[in-house]
Formats: sequence, C-alpha cells, structure tokens
Amino acid sequence: MNLASLSASYLRARPLNTALSLLLLALGVATIVLLVLVVSQVEERMTRDARGIDLVVGAKGSPMQLILAGIYHADAPTGNIPLAAAQALSKHRMVKKAIPLALGDSWRGYRIVGAGHEYLVHYGAQPASGRFHDKPMEAVLGAEVAARTGTNVGARFVGAHGIGGEGDEHADAPYTVVGILERTGAVIDRLVLTSIESVWQVHEEHHEPADEEDRKALEADREVTVLLLQYASPLAAAMLPRQINSQSELQAASPAYETARLFRIVGVGVEALRAFAVILILAAGLSVFIALYTALEERRYDLAVMRTLGASPARLFGMLVVEGLVLAGLGALIGLGLGHLLTALLGAWLEAQQQYPVTGLQWRAEELWLVAVALLVGLAAALVPAWRAYRTDVAGTLAQG
Amino acid sequence: MIRVRGLAHRYGEAAVLDLQTWDVAAGERWLVIGPSGSGKTTLLHVLAGLVRPSEGAISVQDTDLRSLAGAQLDRWRGAAVGIVLQALHLVRHLSVRDNLRLAQYLAHLPQDEARVVETLAALGVADKAARRPSELSQGERQRVAIARAVVNRPKLLLADEPTANLDDAAAARAIDLLFGQAERNSATLVVATHDARVKQRFVKKLELGA
Repeated sequence: MNLASLSASYLRARPLNTALSLLLLALGVATIVLLVLVVSQVEERMTRDARGIDLVVGAKGSPMQLILAGIYHADAPTGNIPLAAAQALSKHRMVKKAIPLALGDSWRGYRIVGAGHEYLVHYGAQPASGRFHDKPMEAVLGAEVAARTGTNVGARFVGAHGIGGEGDEHADAPYTVVGILERTGAVIDRLVLTSIESVWQVHEEHHEPADEEDRKALEADREVTVLLLQYASPLAAAMLPRQINSQSELQAASPAYETARLFRIVGVGVEALRAFAVILILAAGLSVFIALYTALEERRYDLAVMRTLGASPARLFGMLVVEGLVLAGLGALIGLGLGHLLTALLGAWLEAQQQYPVTGLQWRAEELWLVAVALLVGLAAALVPAWRAYRTDVAGTLAQG
Repeated sequence: MIRVRGLAHRYGEAAVLDLQTWDVAAGERWLVIGPSGSGKTTLLHVLAGLVRPSEGAISVQDTDLRSLAGAQLDRWRGAAVGIVLQALHLVRHLSVRDNLRLAQYLAHLPQDEARVVETLAALGVADKAARRPSELSQGERQRVAIARAVVNRPKLLLADEPTANLDDAAAARAIDLLFGQAERNSATLVVATHDARVKQRFVKKLELGA
C-alpha cells in the first residue's frame, strides 16, 4: 500500500473515465510526437541533401520546382538548358564547383540521373560492390534502389521515358548495372546513376547521325537539365543569381531560400496540426479534472475515513495529485509509444511510395518536454479536486452517515 | 488515560457539548449515553483529535491534544486511536486485507502482513482477506471495521453507535467483539450510543444532557 497503488485502485474503480482521459492525452501526445519526428527528420534530410549546393541553375519556371527536381528529385524538371550555356557557367570565376545533371528517365519509379563521378563524390558515395560507371550505358544503383528492387551487379534493365514510371520504355537501349552504392542517408540512395552521355545516347538513338555535319549539329543541340553550383566566394551569392536570371534562357534558384519558403508553406499545416494536438491535450486535462472532481462526491466518506485513520489533509491532497500525475504520465507514455508506432507506419508507407524515409525508432529531446508538459497538465487538473480533498470536513461528513 | 477539564464546543452560536470534568483510567470501558444532539459524536471526535473544541483541556495518555499541531495530531491519531464508525465506511475499492493495510500505511506504521492476518483471525474473518467489502455480510463488515480500528494496537478504541440497526443478538455480539478486542489489545474503550439495550453491559457510564 502506498500513494501510487492507492491512486491506481481508484483509477481502476472508474475504468471509463480513466480510459477517456488516457485516450485524449495519448492522441494529443502521439500527434505531436509524429509531427516532431517527421518534420525534424525531413528537415534534416533535406538539409543534408542540399549541403554544399549554393545554387541550382535550370530552365525558366518555378524556382521551387527547380530545387525539388534538381536536388531532391521529387518533382518534374522545368525543362532543359543548352550544354554550351552550362559549360560556360561552369568556367565562371565565381563558381568553385559545377555538377551538371541530365534528368528525364526512370526505372521502376526511381529516377535515372545522368551525372559525372563528381556527383557521387559530392555525396560521399562509395561502391558497396562493383565500381562507378565509366562507359555509356553503364549504371550504378543507390543502396535503396538495389535493396528494394533486389538488383545485383551485372543485371540489365531498360529505362522508361518520364519520371512517373509509366512512359514508353527505351527497349533498344538497355543499361548494365556495374556498381551498387553504400547507403549514404542522402537522396543518392534513391537514384539510378549513369553518365550524361548515356542519357543523350538513349534519346538520340532514333536518329543516328548520317554524316559528320549531322553529328556536329546533334552535339550542338545537346542539353543538360540542371547545373548544381557551389560558390567560390560569399560575394557570388549577391551577384551570380542576378547575373544568371538576366539571361533569358536560364534560371537560378537558391536551395536555402526555396526550402525555407517550402517549410513556411508546409509549416501552416504543421502548426494547425500542432494546435489540434494542444487542444487534445487540454481536453485531456479537462477530462482528468472532471473525472477527479465528480469522483470526489462518492469519495468524501473515504477521504473522511482516511483522516480518522491518521491521514493529514496534505496527504489527501497528495493522493489526488498523484492520481492526476499517474493518469498524465500513463497517457504520455502511451502517446509516446503510439506516436513512434504511427511514425514507423508512415515511414513504411513513404518508403513504399519511394518518398523520404522516416523512422519511428528515433528519440528526440523534445519528447521529454512533452512528458513534462503532460505531467504539468495532470498536476493542474488535479489541483482543485486535491484542494477540496484537503478541505474535507471530517466531523461534518461522518455526521451525515 | 483520558482527562477532560472544562470542555465546551459550539458550532456557531449553538452549544453542542458541555463536559466540565471526566476522568477515565487505562483499560476502563465507558459508555457515553444521551439523547440525539447531546454531543456524543462530538465528544468522540474531540477525543480522536478530529475536532478542536472551542474551550477546555483534553489529554489522552498524558498527551495534551492542544499541544499537537495539525499533522502531528493526525499522526498521533493514526497510531493511538482506533475508531469504529456507525456506517463502518470500509473503502469499497480495496480488499479487506488492503483496508487494514491502509490503516497501517496512513498511520505511518510498517505494513505488517502477519499483524493483518492475526487481527482478522481474532475477529473470525481471516478467510475474507481477499474479498471486497461488498461481498461480505453486514456482520462480517462490522468485524472488518473493528479489525481495521484495532490493527494498529491503539491505546484508545472509540465506537460510535456500534449497535444501531442491529437486532438484539447482533448488538450483543458487537459489544462482545469490542470488549474482546479492547482487552486483547489493552485498549481503553469508549462507546457512544443511545441504544438502551447495551446499557447494562457497562459499569462506567457518562451521561450527556441535551
């Protein structure tokens, strides 16, 4: 017998009230846990994917779409830009590093990215087996692509036109897998990598150059989709985007600016959900309050008897407070478990959709705060009932029977 | 054991208790009688330290109750006084055993399972230890209430109308149990009642006026 077991016996005695309080609190806490885990993990991954990339240059269109397509491979590209323009920009004195990418095809929903080795090196990718691609029509698979498609080195596949996976297949130009990358935790895990030349070859296949002149004309028409830039100096941030955007055919977009804008837009929804969760937690507090307060009526004889058995008013106060805290603590724990479970389920679903993976197995410091807030709500809800228990009129109550 | 001098208690303007002098020796069994409203229950509450009287000095076992501050008084009551209430008031959600352990816990005494079993056995309800009060008969519930009052071996055992609503045989048994438990635990017994049937069982009687 102690305060906790005594409180627990009273909670068990009214299972419906207790279950309602626990449910409301658990749902509120779980919603916030889900938000915290998903938002923080997506932000972390988006930051990691954009690290070292100061500017994305591509065709005119929506700058956010350019970022989403060029860095995160989550949207259709805005179009292509002439190879010559990209090459000129790469040699600009304010540019330290330039990585051209050729996009447009996919394989089983995973994007095929034409890029040089510098793109793999940028994300610190290492071959887990095989090697990097050297010749046209050789492909290297990101770790997740290999794992989910069950593909090994030596396998051959054909890409599909378009990034949705429903386009025509380039059946006459198969790729050969020459390497599989180690997991990097970056966007490259979900990409199929090949050389830019391969992408050109696949799309030029249908009209073989008839002669030297034709070949030159074809080469002059060659395009890339985006160019990822790293500035040579901070000064470039002020000058380069304006300079590029003034050229009619090119557009420059800053990942830092566009992702911040994206988070602001998504943030409205996140804030709304968070507000909803806070309302749930407050409703839980109210439910705890009502449960304790209404139970006082049937408990007043128990409270009076406890006084006759030697309990001080402070101890009765403590008993009610412990009841509020036990409810809140239990609700918070269930909520934490539920939040992580929901995050894991969402993560599994997102992975199946080839979206950003999210794990429920991660714990964050904010969750401790959440438990503290839940306990505070439980304490606040118990204060008034506890005060009434403290003020129990023993003689008056017992005189009534 | 009990020493009362110039005791008076009022609720607002109404005087509910007036007792100038009363001395009780250790081990005595007293009956407090008087009509309704004469202050029998209030006297028990004063003796238990549940009510602080408007006037007067009460000492129990050489402890001046006025000298004990709130929480000290509660602690003293838990260890030194056992109370059997007319309505028994066992805690519904707790088993018989836990009702007794609750008395030990609230009195800040060690939770002594052997003492709980022994006390229940002495009252013939050891086999009901795991039951809830609602599963017991009225007679069994009264035995459990007496067991809860004596489990801490109080020096003073108080009973408020223990025989009300009982038939003659049951009333006699209740008094027998109280006598037996007072003796077994070397407690002084004070029973307040307006039940004329139990009068002849007591030698010492305190009559309170209306």
